[in-house]
Amino acid sequence: MNRLQQLFEKQQKGLLSIYYTAGYPNLNDTLKIADTLEQSGADFLEIGFPYSDPVADGPVIQASSKEALDNGMTLPILFEQLKDLRQRVTIPILLMGYVNVVLQYGVEAFCQKCQEVGVDGCIIPDLPMYEYEEMYQAIFEKYELSNIFLVTPQTSEERIRKIDGLSNAFIYLVSSAATTGGNLSISESSAAYFKRIADMQLKNPFVIGFGISNKETFDAASQYANGAIIGSAFVKNVDANNLEGSIKDFMRQFKS
Amino acid sequence: MNYFVDERGYYGDFGGAYIPEMLYPNVEELRQKYQAVIDDEQFQQEFKALLKDYVGRPSPLYLAKRLSEKYGANIFLKREDLNHTGAHKINNTIGQILLAEKLGKKRIIAETGAGQHGVATATVCALRGLECVVYMGEVDIKRQAPNVARMKMLGAKVVPATSGSKTLKDATNEAMRDWIANPVDTHYIIGSVVGPHPYPDMVAQFQSIISFETKKQLKEQTGSELADYVLACVGGGSNAMGMFYHFIDDENVQLIAIEAAGKGVSSGFSAATTTLGKEGVLHGSRSILMQTEDGQVVEPHSVSAGLDYPGIGPQHAHLFKTGRGLYASITDDEALQAGLLLTQYEGIIPAIESAHALAYLEKMDFKGGENVVVCLSGRGDKDMETYMKYFNL
Repeated sequence: MNRLQQLFEKQQKGLLSIYYTAGYPNLNDTLKIADTLEQSGADFLEIGFPYSDPVADGPVIQASSKEALDNGMTLPILFEQLKDLRQRVTIPILLMGYVNVVLQYGVEAFCQKCQEVGVDGCIIPDLPMYEYEEMYQAIFEKYELSNIFLVTPQTSEERIRKIDGLSNAFIYLVSSAATTGGNLSISESSAAYFKRIADMQLKNPFVIGFGISNKETFDAASQYANGAIIGSAFVKNVDANNLEGSIKDFMRQFKS
Repeated sequence: MNYFVDERGYYGDFGGAYIPEMLYPNVEELRQKYQAVIDDEQFQQEFKALLKDYVGRPSPLYLAKRLSEKYGANIFLKREDLNHTGAHKINNTIGQILLAEKLGKKRIIAETGAGQHGVATATVCALRGLECVVYMGEVDIKRQAPNVARMKMLGAKVVPATSGSKTLKDATNEAMRDWIANPVDTHYIIGSVVGPHPYPDMVAQFQSIISFETKKQLKEQTGSELADYVLACVGGGSNAMGMFYHFIDDENVQLIAIEAAGKGVSSGFSAATTTLGKEGVLHGSRSILMQTEDGQVVEPHSVSAGLDYPGIGPQHAHLFKTGRGLYASITDDEALQAGLLLTQYEGIIPAIESAHALAYLEKMDFKGGENVVVCLSGRGDKDMETYMKYFNL
């Protein structure tokens, strides 16, 4: 059982996850941000490895990705930075990025490296389920890496069941038809969507992301799921000149 | 060897649908329905009627006599430049707008580089009275003001893509993001044989009218429906795929695709994807693309905006890898000279894209009497400023 699976075993409600882009605001902040986030109460983290053409992302993460690339971030550099990850950080870590970067690194080399540095899972939004099942699942399992699938309001029940079968940590519920960084308001239709998923009695827990920006939206989303993920709102608030302070300030709202 | 798409949406190692879950329902709906819609008799009637009466098809297959004398072979030009809106792009947009109507879509989005596909999309939206939003890189909007004005006059909303390098690939990203946010009522008209399955196959089928007509015309003019060589330029590769389509299984016909070498293949300012690229995933399909070692997409360069794309369609990648097609490249200078040559030998000013294909004739050795078809994918009106600057006209 990897750290991610252990976490969901232990805690069923109110899990707070934070996404940030590796290499932003500065190339070498990756571990410091992870460390600070753990100290400030994050339950697990998604570390984004940047890609030049992130189609599922809104303006904030596009910009942080571009800046990270301009700063020189690459996957080999990220793995080098994560070498001491497990000396400093105990909470589960996911890597998030686009499939082409993984393909160029080599799928098996990527998974092996993830296991070596202590990464527990990954989210690759443009890796299709079919390709995962046919070509990659065995490799992911060999290195005990959990692949996280997304579900949207338009995903059919049949497909959700299939995703549930292929998942072994949690399912990522995209809050609405949008790229990252929108603003969630829990309308009747999204409440109905979350409830519909909850009523399916899936074997995997699920976490809501996209449009979760503050304590209010986090709490609203958490009512329906095991937790929620904050990305763009966090990235927007990170201040290069006051890295630790800006992270702690942002995280303070969730302590109560 | 199968050169066409298989049941999984692949051409050999290439193709597939590498898309985020948010796009899955849209693409899946298309995948399930596109072939049935295209094969429907009423659809075919409407499509053919519009191609004939609105686009002006069949486009002529013209034996360029003076060019033929110069090269010592029979050079036939497939005159896509004579289509309404001045290029082959309209064949695809007519097909896709009819398909969008059959799927009950109310709103059309598209990406465009130089603006040719944007104009072709805005045109069919005006024709059918559908809302049209075209994404175009901020840099391209500045470079291609006349086409931006044409799109606006046709009633389209032109939205600048301000992310990344602010060119075609970023306009494509923005269009995909729009589609993510509008999954129900919107159809995305992709302009080339790129994107997730079924786009490469669907666009190829709509463009295949080019080779379908060519075969008939060759039969009438030469007695054989086959040529020795068939040439076309490749950016994403839609005119080439249309030009190759019905010749692909005729293995004696040599297919030659010409990419843009820009300032030279090793100059750092090139769009010669098969030479400079590696296998990977771009815009939803596995293909060959120009990228860094780390898998970041590289910004290409070509004097011709239509060839200025860092990838090629997956079917092209398959034709390249299997050796069925020959993939060569032509520099900016060679293309511009070929454009001038055609103008002065035949009185036809070609688009600089098409001039790349023409330029390759210089590199071929003919024994004499071979039949050669070159796809003249577009006319050069849009390129007059580039020609003027280059030749001090």
